Amino acid sequence: MLEISLHVLDIVNNSVKAGADLIGITICEDKQQNLLSIDITDNGCGMDEAFLRSVTDPFKTTRTTRKVGMGLSLFKSAAEATGGSLSIASEKGKGTSVHVRFVYDHIDRQPLGDMAQTITTVLSGNPSIDFLYRHTVDGKEFLLDTHEIRQILGDVELSQPEIIVWLVDYITEGLQEISQSA
Amino acid sequence: MKSLAELEAIKNRMKNQVGMRKDDDTNTTRIVVGMATCGIAAGARPVLNALVEEVGKRNLAHVTVAQTGCIGMCKFEPIIEVMAPGKEKVTYIKMTPEKAIKVISEHIVNGRVCNEFTIGAEQE
Ligand SMILES: Nc1ncnc2c1ncn2[C@@H]1O[C@H](COP(=O)(O)OP(=O)(O)O)[C@@H](O)[C@H]1O
Ligand SMILES: [Mg+2]
Repeated sequence: MLEISLHVLDIVNNSVKAGADLIGITICEDKQQNLLSIDITDNGCGMDEAFLRSVTDPFKTTRTTRKVGMGLSLFKSAAEATGGSLSIASEKGKGTSVHVRFVYDHIDRQPLGDMAQTITTVLSGNPSIDFLYRHTVDGKEFLLDTHEIRQILGDVELSQPEIIVWLVDYITEGLQEISQSA
Repeated sequence: MKSLAELEAIKNRMKNQVGMRKDDDTNTTRIVVGMATCGIAAGARPVLNALVEEVGKRNLAHVTVAQTGCIGMCKFEPIIEVMAPGKEKVTYIKMTPEKAIKVISEHIVNGRVCNEFTIGAEQE
């Protein structure tokens, strides 16, 4: 993947497939700690322990039809290439959380990329899932809660193109604001 | 700076519009974008967003853009499928945002299938 935000999109789609109706996406850019961390948390079907052990092992992939490996192992190797890590906590029937750490200034770290596009993509594709997107840059925070958005929209669907186009701009501006150095 | 108050205003404007998009409408043309790992890695996200933006810009009330998993031909990703009422499904492969916008203007608006982007063209 060219951007970390594309991995995020792919991993959020796992949560969608797991039947979650609440998904948290937290991005934390902390230049002082030289850390970019990403947390994707869901209340979907979860995984049992045995499966969880094999899912983080990139060599356990059974897929032969794709040159692109499975999503989790791809994300894991991208993080590890910077000296970071990917870990998963999951409980069958309760949910899953994926925690990824990148070394911020490592030369092999992909750019974070367009988070506004990733967020609006998952929002527009999943009208019955609530998303909580929290993004901090050196302590400054941007927050998007679809529960709040849907309350404003009432019976106008969030997935309408007009709304999505507005949301892309809204998130882009919000992220620009927290990224400006004081 | 955008605020949620602005969203409220957009909502009020849209509520007053007749013919809001409905997915169950039998007149609806559905565009589906493959968004599995293979699609995302190949560039499906900007294709999807170009489609959504263009549909919004042209105010195409009878067109919906949806996402699906792996369409099963990973080497041809990004793939989109166009399903128009009463017509056979058309599969476009190796999409880019520019090609996707052309599919909207040629196929969706003018009813002319973009044969050069179909899987048939690739196999010739
Ligand atoms: N959030 C999740 N909740 C439940 N199961 C998951 C979750 N994420 C991944 N999995 C399981 O791990 C498998 C591997 O995921 P991934 O590496 O993304 O590959 P793929 O989605 O292509 O199968 C999935 O097929 C699924 O069974
Ligand atoms: Mg996956």
